[in-house]
Amino acid sequence: MNLSRREQLTGRVFLIALIVVTLLPFVSMLSAALQPRGTVPNGLEWPSDPQWGNFADAFTAANMGALLRSSLLIVAGVVPVSVLIATMAGFGLGQLRVPGGRLVFGLFLLGLTLPFEAVVTPLYYQMQDLGLLNTRWAIILPLIGLYMPFAVFWMRAHFTNVPVELSEAARVDGSSTWQLFWRVQVPLARPAIASLTILMFLWTWNQFLLAIVLVDDATKRTMAGALGAFQGQWGTDLVLLCAGSLLILTPTLIVFLIFQRQFIKALIQGSVKG
Amino acid sequence: MTSALGSAPTGRDDRRTRTTPTRAHRFRWARAAGTGWLYVLPALVMYAVFVLRPLVLTLQYSLYDWNGIGVARWVGLDNYLTVFTDSDLLKIIGNAIVLIVFFSFIPVALGLLVASMVRRITTGAFGTVVRTILFLPQVIPLVAAGIAWSWLLSSNGLVNQALRAVGLGGVARAWLGDFDTALPAVGVIGAWVLLGLCTILLVTGMSKIDPALYEAARLDGAGPVREFLAVTLPSLRQEIGVCLTVTIIAALASFDIVYISTSGGPGLQTTVPGLEIYRLAFSQRQVGLASALAVVLMLLVLACVLPIQRLSRGEKP
Repeated sequence: MNLSRREQLTGRVFLIALIVVTLLPFVSMLSAALQPRGTVPNGLEWPSDPQWGNFADAFTAANMGALLRSSLLIVAGVVPVSVLIATMAGFGLGQLRVPGGRLVFGLFLLGLTLPFEAVVTPLYYQMQDLGLLNTRWAIILPLIGLYMPFAVFWMRAHFTNVPVELSEAARVDGSSTWQLFWRVQVPLARPAIASLTILMFLWTWNQFLLAIVLVDDATKRTMAGALGAFQGQWGTDLVLLCAGSLLILTPTLIVFLIFQRQFIKALIQGSVKG
Repeated sequence: MTSALGSAPTGRDDRRTRTTPTRAHRFRWARAAGTGWLYVLPALVMYAVFVLRPLVLTLQYSLYDWNGIGVARWVGLDNYLTVFTDSDLLKIIGNAIVLIVFFSFIPVALGLLVASMVRRITTGAFGTVVRTILFLPQVIPLVAAGIAWSWLLSSNGLVNQALRAVGLGGVARAWLGDFDTALPAVGVIGAWVLLGLCTILLVTGMSKIDPALYEAARLDGAGPVREFLAVTLPSLRQEIGVCLTVTIIAALASFDIVYISTSGGPGLQTTVPGLEIYRLAFSQRQVGLASALAVVLMLLVLACVLPIQRLSRGEKP
């Protein structure tokens, strides 16, 4: 593309401005988190004597160990099951093309734009009836259901594009549908499954509404839900609040930076298809 | 092979000998359909139990006056009448619509501006760094974005510090606590969260446009504005549709950011439907009214999103 030097320069300037705006909130939080406890921090000023110990205080105050464990348990409960059953359903609808599949798919599509607020009240009473309120199951089970529209849509889109001849060839070789699914289709679907897994992980980790409605105990919530409770408790202690928030962000940031390429791919595809 | 009495080898024999191809085919097909359903079933069951059932219950609750514990009283469409006539509830729905400007229009407009300047983020290290940083707000919980911005917009925060530095100390204020600026301030938080995503999506779409189109436009003597209107905008129709869909849903169904940064205040200035549903259902025990508002919110989302989908997809070949 033949862009003049001047155009390229303005483009760069815009991008850099955008980057600064994106990063400023984090930097400002860090500068506040490093101020001495009990002082009132001011906008953005690097402390003369950075108090890195504030992070240790926040770690204890937020009960980070328990929070991490809780979030990991919830992710472990939601993500593998969601990905598995969505992949199976995508295979059934997109590849086996079960009769009545269009109707079922339409039913799933109904949920694609559904705000969680629309079902959270009945879910509360449903969980109460099941005796699961205030347990991690109250977050895990509804989330699996709520992810199905997107996840099935996503996997079906993949399986629709796999040529049916492939399945027929496997059948002629005498493999059962189950073998066909695991030995031929799942390995082929790995990129789609990987992106879906990343999105499910992120959405679960960051889920807030279900966590605060269905679970009172912050140590049984997701990270985002726990952060809400942390703000409620330490909202007036700005230094500790900023330190705690940054700590709670760290695990996601680390995972993001490691899988950065896959994350961005998943997020782009995820929004395009959703 | 000889000892195989299982169903799969039998099917294979039928196929090979082709004694009664149609019957064998139909048999195999029916069996495959039956098995196929077993694959769809687990997802469907979870969806039915934890989404469809609650959805039907929301519809049902919305027709009753119920405090969540006692006996529910049938009131027909009264709750909906309240949603559409109560001035507070109308204001709350209006707030969500105002947020669309900030969550949706601003990120898309700015994203388009940046995209048309940049056209293509360099593939090298610079490009990777840009993409990574612009995606940060998508990765962190919205709650964290809310906390960070509550601090930035507070009276001692960075925003006021910057204003004072350039001699505009007079307009400095607690932006989220001020009656006039609270809603736009919440909007700015949403714009910050969604700007990076929109920019990346639009730049990605931009890089797929055939450069020949631009060269042709230039040869025809088109200036940057004409070029933007004649080439960029039509080519990005689909990407713009995606950005609008994602961001409008984020605006109408917003909850996390508002809950953390303002709790809906001051007064009802920043209360959005999601927050009001939560309050009505769990603090004020007006489950019926909360459910009616939930149904209205759901329909509002559909009313905004479906036309966009049609426009952005339908007219593409």
